[in-house]
Amino acid sequence: MNAYSTTAAGADTRAKTDAAVPGPDANVDAPAVGHGALRLPNDRWKALEIVFWLLPVASYFFFPDYLVLISQIMIIGLFAMSLDLILGYAGIVSLGHAAFFGLGAYTAGLLSVHGWGEPLSGLLAAAVVAAVAGFIVSFLVVRGQDLARLMVTLGIGLMLFEAANKAAFVTGGVDGLSGMVMQPLFGVFEFDLFGKTAFWYSFAVLFILFVAMRRLVNSPFGLSLRGIREGGRRMPAIGAHVDRRLVAVFTLGAAVAGIAGALLAQTTQFVGLDVLGFPRSAELLIMLVLGGTGRLYGALVGAAVFMVAQDKISGFDPTYWQFYIGLLLVLIVLFARGGILGGLEKIVARFKRSEAA
Amino acid sequence: MTMTLRTEALCKQWGGFKANTDISLTFEPGARHALIGPNGAGKTTFINLLTGGFPPSSGKVFLGNEDISRLAQHERVKRGMTRTFQINTLFAGMTVLESVMLAICERRGLQKVWWKTVARHADVVDEAMALLATLKLTKEANSITRSMAYGKQRLVEIALALATKPGILLLDEPAAGIPSAESRELFEVIAGLPRDVTVLFIEHDMGLVFRFADRITVLVGGKVLTEGTPEEIAADPRVKEVYLGEAEHA
Repeated sequence: MNAYSTTAAGADTRAKTDAAVPGPDANVDAPAVGHGALRLPNDRWKALEIVFWLLPVASYFFFPDYLVLISQIMIIGLFAMSLDLILGYAGIVSLGHAAFFGLGAYTAGLLSVHGWGEPLSGLLAAAVVAAVAGFIVSFLVVRGQDLARLMVTLGIGLMLFEAANKAAFVTGGVDGLSGMVMQPLFGVFEFDLFGKTAFWYSFAVLFILFVAMRRLVNSPFGLSLRGIREGGRRMPAIGAHVDRRLVAVFTLGAAVAGIAGALLAQTTQFVGLDVLGFPRSAELLIMLVLGGTGRLYGALVGAAVFMVAQDKISGFDPTYWQFYIGLLLVLIVLFARGGILGGLEKIVARFKRSEAA
Repeated sequence: MTMTLRTEALCKQWGGFKANTDISLTFEPGARHALIGPNGAGKTTFINLLTGGFPPSSGKVFLGNEDISRLAQHERVKRGMTRTFQINTLFAGMTVLESVMLAICERRGLQKVWWKTVARHADVVDEAMALLATLKLTKEANSITRSMAYGKQRLVEIALALATKPGILLLDEPAAGIPSAESRELFEVIAGLPRDVTVLFIEHDMGLVFRFADRITVLVGGKVLTEGTPEEIAADPRVKEVYLGEAEHA
């Protein structure tokens, strides 16, 4: 069957073909050499990204009163990224992603309550529990299409919520799980009252997982996820086992959500029943759409905008603050498809074009 | 090595409608086999049965000695059978290069690699660019598929199939909707495929069919009317009556 011999031919044609490709910034006088002119998924860091990641570091020094809020933004941002992986990249809609967040939170919480307060192993255990649950649920999710997936994930979320509610002897029910005692991080850094350790802990976990996910979405695996989203019907015809790919990414998304849940539990030393609640899944979807799907940063920006808005608006309008969030969401969806980042990208592109003209 | 593709009394029925009835055909390795017939003759249905788009109501598909009737689509692709679609079925929001690389990565088993970026797979990039060059798509490598002209999208349709390096290539009206000069060019590319690749194609342009096919099967009403060499088909009065006559009137 291997009658094709493009490997050798490929090397020969490379010089010719590459020079002929007009890349986005190709200059007529200086034809591009090598693969530089080709637009391909890569993970080179851009200056703007470095600035982005310096923001939380800077805010640590400039807004010491907001450490708790910033930590929570980072944790929820991680949670939103886990949804982006399955929704933004693979195109699986979910209204029950809090199930895995909650499982992670309860895993870390229960471990700590029962004497296992070491944070990193707690995080790992949460990831494993959430991943196993995600793996099992994924088989139900891949069976259906959009609406069925929405209902399945919604149903699983509701079931888990009520199960945790009913099992009050384990979870504390509506009163929440208290009495968590966390050991110092690496045996050195105590979780302090001001949330300094919690801040750096959350930041480090978020950043490490971000770097890994950033690599993943730009890899052949990530490309195949986008392939499922952009041309799900074509995928089997090029030899892709779509269901297996979806199971993998759903499991992975669940594991990351579990880690986010565990982080919240460990840094606040409390687990409320709301970690499993439907509002958490719905808000997560709002954040992701607000920031922009399929770009990882959208999840972080969306979480930040949502939670800062929640904090600020609820300051002057504590009862009806969600009205403004709703308004913002409608405006974004109508006028900036692709969320805040998608909108910004279009503005920048237009600006560049008018500059070039 | 390409294997013989064979069907045995293949049937597909939707409710009372018989789309394919008792189709038994053999496609020898390296054949250039055209599937012709009026609209609604069941040609696309037959391609779907061969490639696993849906299961047959009865009958079997054999690849070599293996019964592949119940295999999923992607499993048949792994065995060297790849199809294209009559209606563009592409990766709308991806660039041409990304789309082709996606197909190459699937073939090479790189789809599980998550720790190395796409851009770093230089050998895959090379193979993809070489393939695009053969289809004269080099300039479009960076283009987003959905923003391209229709004729170019038809070429991407072929590029994706070729990226899987099929032993058996099934083309569902590859030249549909593109100008005849371009469709001739497209068929030259197909004709230039390695000699042991089996090509089964559906095509309405009789000029192209008689130029590129070495065997022709005529389907009418979901059944095989006749099968033979181009000369035999051209001389067959039944074919003239049912199909070619109709084409002349149109």
